[in-house]
Amino acid sequence: MSTEVARETPAAAVEDARRAERTDRIVGTIQRQGALAVLIVVVVISLIAFPNFRSFDNTATILVAAAPPMLIALGMTFVIITGGIDLSVGSLYVLGGVLAAWASQYGFAAAFAAPLVVCGLIGVVNGALIAYTRMAPFIVTLAALLGARGLMRAISDEGSETYLVKNDAFKQLGNGSFLGIGYQVWLAAVLVVLGMVLLSRTRFGHSVYAVGGSEDAAALMGVPVRRIKVGVYVMSGLLAGLAGAINAAKLGSGVTVLGTGMELDAIAAVVIGGTLLTGGAGTIAGTVAGVLLLGVIQNLINQVGNVNSNWQQVISGAFLALVVVAQTYLVKLRRVN
Amino acid sequence: MPLLEVSDVSKTFPGVRALDQVSFTLNPGEVHALVGENGAGKSTLIKVITGVYQPDDGELRYQGEPARFGTPMDAQHAGISTIYQEVNLIPLMSVSHNLFLGREPRNRLGLLDEGRMHREARAILAGYGVTADIRLPLGTLALGAQQMVALARAVMIDAKVVIMDEPTSSLEPREVETLFGVIRELHARGIGIVYVSHRLDELYRICDAVTILRDGRVVHTGRLADLERIRLVALMLGREMSEIRREGATAFSSEKAVDTGAAPILRASGLTSRRKLHDITFDVRPGEVVGLGGLLGAGRSETIKAIGGAYPLDDGDVQVDGVDLKRPTTVQAVRNGIAVQPEDRKAEGIVAGLSVRENIALAVLPKVSRLGLVSDARIDAIVERYMTRLRIKASSPDQLVGDLSGGNQQKVLLARLLATGPKVLLLDEPTRGIDVGAKAEVQSLIDELAAEGIGVVLVSSDAEELIEGADRVVVLRDGVVVGTLTGASVTTEDLMATIAAAAPPEEAE
Repeated sequence: MSTEVARETPAAAVEDARRAERTDRIVGTIQRQGALAVLIVVVVISLIAFPNFRSFDNTATILVAAAPPMLIALGMTFVIITGGIDLSVGSLYVLGGVLAAWASQYGFAAAFAAPLVVCGLIGVVNGALIAYTRMAPFIVTLAALLGARGLMRAISDEGSETYLVKNDAFKQLGNGSFLGIGYQVWLAAVLVVLGMVLLSRTRFGHSVYAVGGSEDAAALMGVPVRRIKVGVYVMSGLLAGLAGAINAAKLGSGVTVLGTGMELDAIAAVVIGGTLLTGGAGTIAGTVAGVLLLGVIQNLINQVGNVNSNWQQVISGAFLALVVVAQTYLVKLRRVN
Repeated sequence: MPLLEVSDVSKTFPGVRALDQVSFTLNPGEVHALVGENGAGKSTLIKVITGVYQPDDGELRYQGEPARFGTPMDAQHAGISTIYQEVNLIPLMSVSHNLFLGREPRNRLGLLDEGRMHREARAILAGYGVTADIRLPLGTLALGAQQMVALARAVMIDAKVVIMDEPTSSLEPREVETLFGVIRELHARGIGIVYVSHRLDELYRICDAVTILRDGRVVHTGRLADLERIRLVALMLGREMSEIRREGATAFSSEKAVDTGAAPILRASGLTSRRKLHDITFDVRPGEVVGLGGLLGAGRSETIKAIGGAYPLDDGDVQVDGVDLKRPTTVQAVRNGIAVQPEDRKAEGIVAGLSVRENIALAVLPKVSRLGLVSDARIDAIVERYMTRLRIKASSPDQLVGDLSGGNQQKVLLARLLATGPKVLLLDEPTRGIDVGAKAEVQSLIDELAAEGIGVVLVSSDAEELIEGADRVVVLRDGVVVGTLTGASVTTEDLMATIAAAAPPEEAE
C-alpha cells in the first residue's frame, strides 16, 4: 500500500501544484484589483446617471477632498502590512492642523516643521512602545489618540481658540492649483508614487512585508524587525501631521472639531484596497483605489442632494464589511491549496 | 580539525536536566545523524549550538575557536544555518523575495533589481528541483518545495554547518531524493551537516556518523555503518536499562482474560491522511489493551487523533460498537463513546486556570444539564466519585488544576474522560512526565478499565510500559502498519526487531 502511495503521489502533487498556482493567480488579482474594479464601475455609472459628476470641477473637488485622507491611508498601509494598526492618526491630523496654523506666524517652513516634528515624535513613541515592549498596537495607538487629542485641546484652550493661518504662501498651498488641480493633490500624488517605490522596490519595503507575514521567521532571516516597526509608525505619524497641515492651509485656520474618526476611514480605505488586516500583503495602488472609492461615494451622496450625508457612513460601512468577508474567503482559498 | 565541537555541555531547566555533559563533534563534509526519542535532548542541543539557549556549563568550539552565540543571528552570521521542521519563511511573500530577503541585489539607484532577483532565484532553485513560478507566494508551493527554498536560502549564506531538523517529514519520496542529492553535494563541498531524523532507512543511506541521546546524555557516538540497526533502536529506547530492572517494573498485571471471540468495540480501517498515515487498519475488542508501537513520527499520535476526529483523514473508516462513524468529527466521536487523552496534556488536555471540579465536569456538562441549566448536585456527585476512585490529591475540588502535580493533572484528565462513560479509551503517553507513584497508579487504572470492558489503545514511548500494558501491539513505521505482535511475541525484542526491519526494497528505490 505504501508503495502504491509513493508511486501515485508525484503526478498528483504536480497537478495539485498547478491548480494551486492557477487559483492563486486569480485570487491574487481579485485581492489586488478588486477595489479598482469597483471604483471604475461606480465612476462609469455616476458619469451616466449624474450630469454634475461629469464636470472637471467636480473631479477636482473630489481629488482635493481626498488628498488628506490619501496621505493618512498611505501611512496606514505600511502599518497594516506589518500587521499593526495606528488609531492615533485622526488625532494627529487635527493636532497637525492646529500646530500648522499656529506656527504659520513664524513663516512657511515653520508651518510645516511644527506638525511634522510633533507628529513624527509621537510616531516614534508609538513605534518604540510597540516594537520594544511588545505592547499591542491597538492599545498603544489608542493611548496616543487620547494623548494627542488632549494636547490639541490644551494648546487651543479647550478648542475655543482658533489659530488663523498667518502666512500667505502657506494659505496659497491649500487653495492654489496647477493645471486646474489643487497643489495638495500633486503633493499627495508625488508621495504616493514615492510610497510605491519604497514599498515594492527597496529592502525596507520587503522587510515591511516580511514582518507582517511572519514576525518570527523575519527575525530568523535577519530582518531588523523592531526598526522596521518603529519606521512604519513614524511614517504614519508624519503623514498624518502633514495631512493636517495641508488641510489647515486649505481652511485658513486650525480647526479643532474635524478629524474624529479619520483613523477609521483610513483603515477602511486600506482594507477595501485589498490590504490584509492580518498583515503581510497589500498594495498602495489598492489603497489609492480605496480612498477614491470612499471619496466618490461621498460625492455622489452630495450630488443626490436631499439625502442625509450620514448615509455615506452607512454605505462605507456596508462596503467594508463586504470586503472583509470577501477577503477572508479569498485568503482561505489561497491557504487551502 | 573538527568544524564544530561541543564538549561537556550541560543545560538545566526548572525540574529537568535537559543536557548532561553532552559532547558532540562534527567534521567538515560529515553528515552526522543526531537521534533520540522525545525529550532525549536533541532540540536542546540544537538550540545550544544555534544560540537560542546558552549552555550552563561546557564549551562550544567552532572552527577551532571557542565560540558563544548570543542569538540565532550570531550563529547564522558565523555560518551555522538551521532548517526547521516547520518551514521558517514568509508564506505570503514571493518565492524569490523569500530567497533574497535581506540580501536583495540592487541597481545603481539603490532600488531592488527585480529582474536579476527573479533570474537568479530561478537558476538557484532549479538546482534544488523547484520549478514552480518564483513570483508566486511561497505559501502556494507544496511543503517539500518550500523546504527546498529554505535549504537553498540556508546554503546561499555561505553556511559551513547546516542543521536539518526532520527535513523529510513533509517531503514526497521524489523530493527526498532531490534533498539527498543536495546533501551529497554539500558533503562534497566540505559542509558539515547535522541530520535529525527518525527514519532509519534515511539515516543509513545518507549519514556517516551518529550520536544517540537519551535522557539528556550521549549513549553512543561513532560511525553509523558500524552500528547495527537493532542496536541503534535498542540504544534509543533504553533497552539496557530495562535489562537491569527486574521483571514487572510496571504496575500492569500479567494475567488478563480477553474474550478473543468478542466483536471488536473499535474498528479502524484504512485510515489514510496525506503523507502521515497510509491505510492503518486494526481493531480492539472489549477489555483489550492494544498498544501502538513505533518511533517518534511513525504516526501513532496521528492515528489516535484521527480516530477521535481531531486529525483530518483523506480516507478510512472508524466503527465503534458496531456503529459506522466513517470519518468522525470530534463531536461525533465523543457522542459515540470515544475518549482521547492527548499527548500534550497542558496544551490539549487540562484547562490549568479552572478548578479540578470544572475540569472533570467539562465533558459531561450536556449530560448533567436540563434545559441548558447545569445541575450542581449531579456534578458534585460525579466529581466526588472520580476523585475518590482515581485518588486525585487536591486540597479540594475547587483547587486550580494548574497547581497540581503532573500525575494528578493526568488523573483529572482521565477522570474527565471516564465521566463521559467511554466505550473506547485512546491514551497517548498517559504516564509521561509524572512521578513513579502516580505512574503505577495510572497503569493499574488502565488495567482496571480494560477489565470493565472498555477497549483501550495505548501509545507509549516507554517500550516496557507498552509491552507489559498491551495485549497486542500494532507496530507503525512512517505511517504504515509494519507488523502486529500477539501472544508470546509481545516482547521488547520483537518490538525492536519489527521497528528496525529494513524497509521493503521498492520503497528505497
